Amino acid sequence: MSFIPGQPVTAVVQRIEIQKLRQGANLILGFSIGGGIDQDPGQNPFSEDKTDKGIYVTRVSPGGPAEAADLRMGDKIMQVNGWDMTMVTHDQARKKLTKKGEDVVRLLVTRKSLEQVVKQSMCNYPRP
Amino acid sequence: MDTESTYSGYSHYSGRSRGSHRHGERSRDRHKSRSKDSRSEKSVTINTPPAEPLLGDSAVRGEQVQDDNWGETTTAVTGTSEHSLSQEDIVRITKDLEDSVGLDCRRYLTRTLAVILGLLVFLTPLAFLVLPHLLWPEKLQSCGTACEGLFISVAFKLLILLLAVWALFFRPARAGLPRVFVFRVLLTVLVLLFVVSYWLFYSVRILDSQDENYQGIVQYAVSLVDALLFIHYLAIVLLELRQLQPCFSVCVTRSTDGEMRHYNLGQLSIQRAALAIIEHYYCDFPIHNPALLSASKSRAAKHLAGLKVYNVDGPGNNAAAGLAHSQSRAMIAAAARRRDTSHNELYYEEAEHDRRVRKRRARLVVAVEEAFTHIKRMQEEEQKKAPGEVMDPREAAQAIFPSMARALQKYLRTTKQQHCHSMESIQQHLAFCITNNMTPKAFLESYLSAGPTLQYSRDHWLARQWTLISEASVTSGLKDGSIFLLKCVDFSLVVTSKKIPYIQMSEEYIDPKSHKFVLRLQSETSV
Repeated sequence: MSFIPGQPVTAVVQRIEIQKLRQGANLILGFSIGGGIDQDPGQNPFSEDKTDKGIYVTRVSPGGPAEAADLRMGDKIMQVNGWDMTMVTHDQARKKLTKKGEDVVRLLVTRKSLEQVVKQSMCNYPRP
Repeated sequence: MDTESTYSGYSHYSGRSRGSHRHGERSRDRHKSRSKDSRSEKSVTINTPPAEPLLGDSAVRGEQVQDDNWGETTTAVTGTSEHSLSQEDIVRITKDLEDSVGLDCRRYLTRTLAVILGLLVFLTPLAFLVLPHLLWPEKLQSCGTACEGLFISVAFKLLILLLAVWALFFRPARAGLPRVFVFRVLLTVLVLLFVVSYWLFYSVRILDSQDENYQGIVQYAVSLVDALLFIHYLAIVLLELRQLQPCFSVCVTRSTDGEMRHYNLGQLSIQRAALAIIEHYYCDFPIHNPALLSASKSRAAKHLAGLKVYNVDGPGNNAAAGLAHSQSRAMIAAAARRRDTSHNELYYEEAEHDRRVRKRRARLVVAVEEAFTHIKRMQEEEQKKAPGEVMDPREAAQAIFPSMARALQKYLRTTKQQHCHSMESIQQHLAFCITNNMTPKAFLESYLSAGPTLQYSRDHWLARQWTLISEASVTSGLKDGSIFLLKCVDFSLVVTSKKIPYIQMSEEYIDPKSHKFVLRLQSETSV
């Protein structure tokens, strides 16, 4: 999940659709994010590359909509509803996720296990 | 050396004790478990010689069991004279006598040589100035103003030289060292050569030819005095300044109980370093207390005496070295195999001892505080008003001493310090504390912790005769890794030295404007 500056970022991503849950006056998603270009990447426990300033899922509350949608702790969020999340500040990411008008967020997340699964499947089915 | 010392520390108190209370009487004539002089050890271990089979029980150990109450129940024998001497004292005195005679001879010899040399050197310039007037007065040119000015300079320089030489060389000697002081000898030789060469030149060029130029002669004398002052400067650098900058770190360990100290010394010869270390020893090391070592000795005796080795092969097996070797190996193997519970005993013994010491200490502190409340300093006005029961410090000390004497005695006996403090010294210390308005805690400090050797009475400086044992020559300089021993009668000090390393330092310049900081956060938001 590291990137080379100047080159396009490539990753194997999973689509996750989360329905927001209404709790009182708020619509919550049920997870916490960390990271951002204004944050210290060295303190991120989930990133492989400690210079990665992307947005990561740091906690998934049990029984919440994010857990139901198969979002896992340590996932890196690449897009939210089409908005890019790889080069945003922490606050911009929060805003994109908590827009009042939207009921559903569609995320593109990536994790290490996805790459491994793809590699394995490519090995098992060599090109003819 | 007899193991029963008859020199009782309290014998000279006994004469004065008749008037005071029962508690104060601690005269005892016989020490059962520990002696005042540290040379005699109480634990006696007799090992079987290995060649005797099936002998009876062989290990006899002096028991160190303390019966804390025996002092109170022993009948006090008063009237012992102040001058009772034990065998150790006699040995010590005769040793002192014969050593001091030899040392004094050498000291006087060096002194007289030094004085003769000093006189020679001092009188030489004067002789240079006076001789032409005596030998050829009519041929001599008269001395002009410049020449007479030089007389004043000669006079003052000689005075300064006199004072400086006295300050550097003619001080009372601090100690007697085994070998001569190499630098002093070298300087003496240098000065002698110097003066002799000046005399040679003078006698050949001036006396023989009877030079008339008196000013030249005076300038020659002035140059001699100047050169002597420069030699004195060299002497100061060699003898005093060279050793000031620390160059070695020496570690001094006492062989009996492992007390260790570290000192920094400059470039010194081994004997001068040893002298510096001994002076530090008297000021820094706590006093050597042989009574504290008896416990480990008795444990060692127990280890040795636990096994008996029998020779079942009979006297036919004659190789003595092989026999001893195999037997020692057998002993070590057996000792390793058996279950040794001595560590258990040691642990509980030490815990018990600590508890006892703390209890005694608590009782002592309370007793002393209470005793001190009975004494109050009288003010000036009160003194004029009621001159009734007025006491000076010594009497005040004697009045309150009995109430704390018992607790103090018990504490000192538990911590095995009772031979370091005599009744007289305790009372003197109490009077001193009362005079200087010291609190009970201040009075007690000197008994609760062992102080340096100097603080105790002269009897405890048993070691004033030190022997320097060294593989390298004692006049050679201290080097990295040099080891030597300073032996006195009861223990020895092991000294090792290490050189302070050469330090290479580099600099790095920091611009004061370069101190800038950023805030690095890692926040977590829940959505």
